Amino acid sequence: MTATVAHSPTRNLPNPMLPNPYRVQRVRKETQDTFTLELEPANGQSDFHFAAGQFNMLYIFGVGEVPISISGDPGKPRKLVHTTRAVGVVTSAMQQLKRDDMVGVRGPFGNDWPVVEAQGKDVVIVAGGLGLAPVRPALYHVLNHREKYDNVVLLYGTRTPNDILYRREVEKWRARLDVDVHVTVDRAIHPWRGNVGVVTRLIPKSPFDHLNAVAMICGPEVMIRFTVLELERRGVLPDNIFISMERNMKCATGFCGHCQWGPNFVCKDGPVFRYSEIKPFFGQRGL
Amino acid sequence: MTTVESIESVLERHPFFKDIEPRLVHQMAEHASLSSFETGQMIFRQGEAANQFYIISKGQVALEVFAPQQGAIPLMTLSDGDVLGWSWLFEPYIWHLDARAMVETQTITLDGAGLRAECDHNHELGYHLMKHSVEIVVQRLQAALMQVIDVYGLKKQ
Ligand SMILES: Cc1cc2nc3c(=O)[nH]c(=O)nc-3n(C[C@H](O)[C@H](O)[C@H](O)COP(=O)(O)OP(=O)(O)OC[C@H]3O[C@@H](n4cnc5c(N)ncnc54)[C@H](O)[C@@H]3O)c2cc1C
Ligand code: FES
Repeated sequence: MTATVAHSPTRNLPNPMLPNPYRVQRVRKETQDTFTLELEPANGQSDFHFAAGQFNMLYIFGVGEVPISISGDPGKPRKLVHTTRAVGVVTSAMQQLKRDDMVGVRGPFGNDWPVVEAQGKDVVIVAGGLGLAPVRPALYHVLNHREKYDNVVLLYGTRTPNDILYRREVEKWRARLDVDVHVTVDRAIHPWRGNVGVVTRLIPKSPFDHLNAVAMICGPEVMIRFTVLELERRGVLPDNIFISMERNMKCATGFCGHCQWGPNFVCKDGPVFRYSEIKPFFGQRGL
Repeated sequence: MTTVESIESVLERHPFFKDIEPRLVHQMAEHASLSSFETGQMIFRQGEAANQFYIISKGQVALEVFAPQQGAIPLMTLSDGDVLGWSWLFEPYIWHLDARAMVETQTITLDGAGLRAECDHNHELGYHLMKHSVEIVVQRLQAALMQVIDVYGLKKQ
């Protein structure tokens, strides 16, 4: 049960369990607990390609390995970009990395956002908090091929104005005439003068045709749940709603079963799911 | 076109009045007037009598709670098309929050006290107003719950 997997590069990997050495080219602090790493292959050569929505397993030597979405531009695959929030052992160690430090990279894994299926339609991207990172490649793709899409809408919600990810870039997107960007925060801090309230409240008034729209949602599961409700209330069909899921992972190749979610393995059947296909068990406890 | 007619046509197209028969919308339009508020102007204040409700035609309004040490804390912003205020419909008919225009704001202002009195006689009108107001209360409550649980800050335990 997968979304529109355009291709599955995992199958072409020489040995998907073997990390490749990458060097940290650049570290950028995004917010208090979130940072972006730009990585380059240690041997200087790369034929790395990824589709918007896929993730890598990043190995911090001596500490451990975690799945992190690729958040860069799929049109510029040489620059491998990951945005991570430090929440525990591995991601906190990752936060200490500096330029020229080494990281092991396995991937890319998983399927992609339905950027091909969305051609000729309105694209509605709803992101919450760090959820902007995994969905940013889809937005890059859409903007790189802007003529292939109708209205493009980005609705982005964060906790406070200080938690807005890629702030400068969000401002640039907002200045464009061919994208509708609306940002809202749960808690305003001076001098914020924008929207206050949850991201779902932006949906009823957004400029898209519910009958001709593809929605891509990424964020915490609670936020996804309420976003889906609001999109359905607006008339968007479950077939046209796509969500990105997170589960703990180990192999990332569909063997160990760590990431099982209902009948799916998130690492190979996801992380992007068509809502109509997971609706029966989405939000169920214990899954 | 008179003001009542133009207000009526706006109300007819507004989602809050969907499914409400035109004759009832006409009755409501008779209780409505146009208002405008300067940037920063208070539309209502916590503790004041709640005798109106507003449909924002254009602008942006912050619903705020005042905390002595922190000043005005914005809880939610409302903009074009949003309905502002439901305290006019429920006892004790007192505003529980402050509402402040963040930019120049135009509203259709409905005389809640007058509508309340009319609803006491006209139960059909009362039913529709109550039904649509409760829908808004539920949506705002859901939104407020999401804000309270701090979804973006959650860490799995
Ligand atoms: C497909 C996929 C893509 C992902 N993409 C990204 C990404 O782009 N950026 C990013 O920062 N993270 C991403 N994650 C989540 C990331 O993998 C985890 O945050 C990471 O594994 C935590 O490892 P740790 O050792 O630092 O924390 P641990 O030591 O394992 O956990 C420490 C604490 O953090 C909590 N925690 C663990 N995972 C999460 C989580 N996902 N959210 C909130 N709290 C968590 C734990 O329950 C625990 O309380 C993704 C996960 C998946 C499955
Ligand atoms: S992580 Fe092993 S099956 Fe998905």
